[in-house]
Order: sequence, then structure tokens, then C-alpha cells
Amino acid sequence: MVTVAKTGNEAMAEAMRQINPDVVAAYPITPATEIAMIFAGYVSDGLVDTEYVAVESEHSAMSATIGASVAGARAMTATSSQGLALMYEMLPIASGLRAPIVMPEVNRAISAPINIHCDHSDTMGGRDFGWIQIFSENTQEAYDNLIQAVRIAEHPKVRLPIMVTTDGFIISHCMEKIETLSDEDVKSYIGAFKRDGMLLDTTKPVTVGALDLQDYYFEHKRPVAEAMAAAKDVIVEIGKDFGKKFGRSYGLFERYRLDDADVAIVVLGSTAGTARVAVDELRDKKVKAGMLKLRVFRPFPAAEIAAALSKLKAVAVLDRSDSFSSQGGPLFTEVRSALYEVAMKPKILNFIYGLGGRDIKTPEIISIFGSLQKVLTSGKVENLVNYFGVRE
Amino acid sequence: MKKLLTWRELPEGDVLPAGSGVEFETGDWRTNKPVWDSEKCIHCLNCWIVCPDASVKVEDGKFVEFDYKHCKGCGICMTECPTKPKSIEMVLDK
Repeated sequence: MVTVAKTGNEAMAEAMRQINPDVVAAYPITPATEIAMIFAGYVSDGLVDTEYVAVESEHSAMSATIGASVAGARAMTATSSQGLALMYEMLPIASGLRAPIVMPEVNRAISAPINIHCDHSDTMGGRDFGWIQIFSENTQEAYDNLIQAVRIAEHPKVRLPIMVTTDGFIISHCMEKIETLSDEDVKSYIGAFKRDGMLLDTTKPVTVGALDLQDYYFEHKRPVAEAMAAAKDVIVEIGKDFGKKFGRSYGLFERYRLDDADVAIVVLGSTAGTARVAVDELRDKKVKAGMLKLRVFRPFPAAEIAAALSKLKAVAVLDRSDSFSSQGGPLFTEVRSALYEVAMKPKILNFIYGLGGRDIKTPEIISIFGSLQKVLTSGKVENLVNYFGVRE
Repeated sequence: MKKLLTWRELPEGDVLPAGSGVEFETGDWRTNKPVWDSEKCIHCLNCWIVCPDASVKVEDGKFVEFDYKHCKGCGICMTECPTKPKSIEMVLDK
């Protein structure tokens, strides 16, 4: 275990170096560029054995990564925002072909307008493609999550692609003190890559990615759903095992001062760091505040979230993206749906915030808790969906 | 009629055994079919090289026959046949 100072991107590049994938096919985009760029430096310095393919677009990046993966290689790429969007066509192909690709995804707002700063609209746009989606709060989590991701994706019950996200600029470009594992530890932890039905195995020739008509498409998609459902327990098991081996445990979400809380916020990513401070300040003022920081958005752990929130009086779900359904953001929609199943449920509101990297600070989070208090006093929810911090 | 498999019975990830195209007969797609003239043929194997459907059967370096179960009648074989007159004729496939 070594203590180093690294930005989110540097930490992910370092994890990639230790993972030493067979193939990386990448194209740059702010704020993810550095991950593949630093890694390319490792390639040219001979520190990894990776075949590095500098492709002409993100569509090609994902295509080449999928091709490499089904050929029998451990393959990775990294992107953000419009880059992920350009990969749109290929993302469900990766999951349909059960390619266990591990991809750092740096959360950045989707155009238009063009914006290079943090929000979750890019990752949320890809939530229906059969990719596991893990949100990192900070640089340490980014590093640890990327390493666990290899085991999660390649697990025999899963075999799905996985994106490990960090918040653009906030985490990707900010330096933090982290602990890294030894090269040997990472190498033995991830083990060798295996795949049934590899294009490069000439002793067992296969066809990958054939056409299906109305009679078989459904049967090929159903197992992807099954694998996603199975991924939940695998993620928990791997998170516990990581803790036993390396001292830092991970689960589906983090409960912060939630046990006896009356009011809480549900949040993804780096905002949880700020929220923790807000919760502590409120607790000092005797407000029973808490936080649920969701780590795993896909698969969505509905039952566990419902159980964690059921006894609260009011909950604010913070979305750093809008799904433009006119009914709120994606996290709100899914948390609320999870609570439908429990008899005892809190009042629940949505706060859409921080689009295009608009900052959210402690006083603002405290004011959101203030809104929850108002709901409790009045007994009514004025607005289910609140656009927080936009100039009206 | 083959029994349709359930999702649990399928191999994972849309992976199929290679070479299964042989079982998918596309011969009934064609309008015209190639007819070979054994007298004129010089066994240059041009037709075998250019056929997009691998529907020219060759053995010991000699043309044997067309695979009518897979030939789609594109006529490239006739176009590329170098003999004068050509050893392949495209005729209406009734």
C-alpha cells in the first residue's frame, strides 16, 4: 500500500496500468482525455503490454474495444459526454455480446449547449444499455472501483460491460491523497481473462453478433437482464472481499447518519462529500439529518434503497441531470418507484441541480434540508420536482 | 421445423458455431442461374475466386459444379469467365 497524491484521472490511469489490459482503443475528450493520454505514456514507456489503438472517433473506440473483447482480449477505453454519446450505437452491442469491457466515464454535461463541466446527463443517457454503472465519490473510490470493476464485469454470473464514473473536473482534475495497491496485488486480484467463444480461438471457430429475427432477439436480450440482476449480489460480494483484502469495503450505497434520521438526501457522486459536511452541521443543530450516497446505479438496488429510506419522514433526491420526462430526474424516478413497494414511506421530492457544472455548496444543501423541514411542518409537497439553483 | 430454444438454452452472448451459413439456403432467392459448359471450361477457377457466396465447388484444382442451394444468381462468374465463348451462361431459373 503506497500513499500518493493523484487526481481522479491520474488515479484511474494508474489503475489501468496495474490492470495492464490487452487492448485499449481510445479517443480523447475533455475531461477524460488524460486517462488514456497518461496511459498512452505508459505504453510508449514499455510499462504495460497493451496494444494501444489510437482511433479516429469514440464510435471507433468502442467498436474496436468490443471487437478486441470478443476476440478474447481484456479491453478498455475511456470517455465522457459527447464521446459516450457517439458510442451510443455500440453500447448495447457490448452488453448484448456479453463483452466485459471496463470503462472509466468522466461525468460531463451533454450538449447542447456545449459544456465541459460536470453533470450526470451523459451517464444517465446510457442507463438503458445493459452496462453496470458505478458512481465514485472521490479519487480513492475511482481507483478502487476501477480495479473491482474488472472482477465484477468478468464474473461468470455477470459478464457485462461496466462504466466507472467520476465527476468531471471536480474529481477528475482535483488532486487528493489516496492509497494505491502494489502491482502484484492488482495483478493477482484480477487474474487472467477468460471468455467462452473467442474469435481468435481457431480450434473452436465461432460467429459473434449474428442477425436475429422476431423468433430469437428476445431470448438473447433476456439473459442480459438476468445478468444485470445477478450483478447486484456479485458487486456486494466483491466489495466485501476487497475490504477484507485491502482494508476498504464497498457496497451498493453508503448510509451516512441515516439510522435515526428524520430527513435525508439521496445523492450520486462528489456532491456526497459536500452533503456529509451539511449533514454534520445540521446534526450539530440537533436536526436528525442523514444521507444516502448511491454507488451502484445500474443495477438499481430498489429493495435495499426502499428499506434504507422507508422509516424516514422526508427525503430529497438530488439529480445532477434531467431526464426531460417532465416528471423529474432519473434518480428521483427510480427511488420513488422503489418506495412504491413499501407500506411506510417518506415524503419525497426531487431537486435537479448542478447542470453544466453549476456548483452546489454546503449552505445550498442545508437549504434543501430546509425545504424538507417545510414539507414536514406543512404536511404538503408544494413542488414534486424542483429545479434548484437556476435563475428563474 | 427446428424446435425454438428458450433463453436459458442459448449459448451466451449471441455466440454461434462458425460456418452455420451453410445451413441457411439462399438459392431460392435467385432469378437467373449459372449454367456450366464443361466443354468450353479451362478450369482457370476465376469464377471460384470471385463468387461472393462461395457457391462454386472445386476439387483437385478443377471446377466441379455450382452450389445451387446457395447461389443467388448474381452472374459475376459469367462476367469474369475468360473463355470465348464463355463457359458460363446465366439462364432464367424457372
